[in-house]
Amino acid sequence: MKTRVAIIGAGISGASIARVLSKYENLEVHLIEKNADVGWGVSKANTALIHGGYDDDPEKYPMRAKLCIKGNRLWHEWVKELEIPHIWNGALIVALRDEDFKELEGLLERGRKNGVPEMIIVDKEELFHLEPNLNPEALGGLWVPIVGQIGPIPAVIAIVENAVANGVKLHLETEVRGIKVEGGEVKGVETNNGFIEADIIINAAGLYADEISRMVGVNDFEIHPRKGEYWIFDEDIPGPRRVLFPTPTPKSKGVVVTTEISGHLMIGPNAQDLPKEEKENLATTREGLEEVWKKAKELWPNLPPRSKVIRTFAGLRPEPTGGDFIIRAEKEVWGFINVAGIRSPGLTSAPAIAYEVVEIIRRDLGINLVEKGKWNPYRKKITHFFMLQPEKANELVKENPSYGKIVCRCNHVSEGDILEAIERMKFIGVKTPSIDSIKVRTKATSGTCQGSFCRVRIARILAREYGVDLWNVTLKGKGSEIGIGDVKVLLRGEVE
Amino acid sequence: MYDTIIIGGGPAGLAAAVKAKKLGLKVLLLDENEFLGGILPQCIHPGFGLHYFKEELTGPEFAHRFIREINELNIEHYTNAYVLEIENYSDLEKKVVFSSPEGVKEVWGKTIIYAAGARERHAFEIGIVGDRVAGIYTAGEAQTLMDIYGVMPGKEVVIVGSGDVGLIMARRFALEGAKVKAVIELMPYPGGLARNVMILRDFEIPLYLSHKVVEVRGRKRVEKVKVVKVDENLKEISGSGFWIECDTLLISAGLIPNVKLLKKIGAQIDPLNGGPIVNELLETTIPGIFVAGNALLINDLVDYVAEQGELAALGAKEFIENQGIPSRKWIKLKRGSNVRILAPHYISGERDVYIYARVSRPMENVRVTFPEIRKELRLPVVKPSEMLRIKLKAEEIQKAGKEITMEVEKGEV
Repeated sequence: MKTRVAIIGAGISGASIARVLSKYENLEVHLIEKNADVGWGVSKANTALIHGGYDDDPEKYPMRAKLCIKGNRLWHEWVKELEIPHIWNGALIVALRDEDFKELEGLLERGRKNGVPEMIIVDKEELFHLEPNLNPEALGGLWVPIVGQIGPIPAVIAIVENAVANGVKLHLETEVRGIKVEGGEVKGVETNNGFIEADIIINAAGLYADEISRMVGVNDFEIHPRKGEYWIFDEDIPGPRRVLFPTPTPKSKGVVVTTEISGHLMIGPNAQDLPKEEKENLATTREGLEEVWKKAKELWPNLPPRSKVIRTFAGLRPEPTGGDFIIRAEKEVWGFINVAGIRSPGLTSAPAIAYEVVEIIRRDLGINLVEKGKWNPYRKKITHFFMLQPEKANELVKENPSYGKIVCRCNHVSEGDILEAIERMKFIGVKTPSIDSIKVRTKATSGTCQGSFCRVRIARILAREYGVDLWNVTLKGKGSEIGIGDVKVLLRGEVE
Repeated sequence: MYDTIIIGGGPAGLAAAVKAKKLGLKVLLLDENEFLGGILPQCIHPGFGLHYFKEELTGPEFAHRFIREINELNIEHYTNAYVLEIENYSDLEKKVVFSSPEGVKEVWGKTIIYAAGARERHAFEIGIVGDRVAGIYTAGEAQTLMDIYGVMPGKEVVIVGSGDVGLIMARRFALEGAKVKAVIELMPYPGGLARNVMILRDFEIPLYLSHKVVEVRGRKRVEKVKVVKVDENLKEISGSGFWIECDTLLISAGLIPNVKLLKKIGAQIDPLNGGPIVNELLETTIPGIFVAGNALLINDLVDYVAEQGELAALGAKEFIENQGIPSRKWIKLKRGSNVRILAPHYISGERDVYIYARVSRPMENVRVTFPEIRKELRLPVVKPSEMLRIKLKAEEIQKAGKEITMEVEKGEV
């Protein structure tokens, strides 16, 4: 008999847990996601950093302190196995005032306690050697070479593809409405798509983890959304080589200045606490963006003119009561495991969180896990036409001419890339065609023109491959269709 | 080796190809779309060709006349051909790398005529904040959806920008039964040609001058947009904000010449035009690379775009005949008061030249002067939306020393 596991939420935590649990012969893993694709919640909008693990106080936040550094080390493995876009460029925490050094020394000490290697406080000369274009008034910094950056949704997609290849069943557009508990044990999950039986339920529902937990009567924590806003600039704007942090404050690591992995200068986030009802509030604000601008300028005085922005966005971090990750088997309900409050450094910690969950299943639920004889740790990355050498591109075009047809001008994404993305969407079970699913897999629509040329072309390919009318292709799932019907639909009076 | 490789199959590229072929050049035309014509096929409204063909055509008709000639003259061309890279191998040899369903190819030319058009400014560039939801389109994108692929984007529309594309799309939406709730214009005057501004009256569409859209809200799709009033310095007036409910927001906030590839190889760009710095043959600062159409500067009429294509072809011909444009003492054409956009930048006095210019602000009863050559024109009215095309005769230009300034001033009453 297999133990059935239902994981609620296909974000970076849920996906990582699914992948690690797919290693075991005696588990049947179901990954449940209410959105049309994976990684569209908290994981979608963040700073994309793999943190160093030096800033979480092990006394106050033991889980964060332990899992961050562990996660960092695991990511070094995972990006290779799963071919996830990444860069290990290191971080500098910059001191602008003399008193900042005291804080940096504190971070160094904390990092040492958490087991972070190779940190060093650098003087002004070394600082500018590492990052020549910093604010010339900077005095020194803390250099953390193990910091890196990954593509967060590409990471979720890679992990899910690998998990599905290893037998995980993904249920998309499936919203959890209730959890069945009998005799103090979980029995399964009630959803809009019917009942999913489960012996173990893992709550990785991000911003909604408190509401899911309440379904089994565990309500000793709440999740508050904390909003962060970002600016991204056009590709020809020079950005830093390292990830630049200001010296942190008690509330936040501060506004980061970085060149994200696609080569765009990115600044953000600020931190604005929202009431707990506003879990869908992803709107950018003038005030928030201005705050980010002002703070980023302190580290990076040469910000480009505002007309060079190609995108602004906002993300929400799930702030739990108490501030630490809540990762535990709930004693009152056998089989229910909370993975809640995965705020920063959640992306970094995700692989470590997954192994923590394995430990909980073994230790607290007493389940003897049997490893599969053949578990496949590898996953091949999607073809990016823009990254191919000309000879390789020609080889590919000869086999399939669609690889020679450029659809997205700004990022040189070919129709072949898009068809491959669609194939992969279908492989994991994406049912509703959306432009965002293509965007996060191929980078189409994310360049200088933000899709004004290629969105329609992508929609046409999606409509053809999914066999739907062009106007029913969505931007990001049901309710966000690109049109309301054919061009005569209003004149015929078919839409009120 | 081609004499000229033309990048872009819109009106500038088509006109350049036809002219170059007629001048006896060996021509290759590359276009990234599935069909030639650039944006013309989606411009199903009339108003094209009055100057060039002396009759009023629609966009597809205008394109068709050229495409027919392309075929009749057997001009070699590729569609679905996207140029990845231009390499300026030497002043007399250029390499163009393009991708197509037949593979990534390299072609060589003595000259290049770059006619890659423009792109539209999008919502992020004009500082709109709020939710990122379905229902936000650039005007050209909505036009592609409706007029090429037959999709109705939405039913209650707010349009940002009263330029020609925005106004034409206001009419297009109204004709298909949508409610156009407002056109929002930042400047205190409309941005489009007078004949297009009339559309607003015809369809009873409110125009808000000195206003801007600052925020979009919605869950899955646009539900409302916030509009504020601005003062004469374009600063927002606090407390003036109001919301308009709609399901569609159209951004028609101007075009930007598409010059990425030119920038990459070091062509100098005029920051005010957005396009490259050129001489009277539309040659950029890189020898043998010519530019025409909206990649040079944003035009108001397709007729001028075609004219520039032909001029670039003449330039290519002259370049090939002389192994480069002969050195000479160039006279610099300079912006004076109320001149925002001006091209070409260098003229010789060896031939008559059309100069293309746009003013910064509207003015009535106007004197356009070129003090160095004592030339003066009088115009009843000038507007930023309408390009001024002024002929300077060779003998007039010759009167100048190092430079000629163009001034637009109020005439004496």
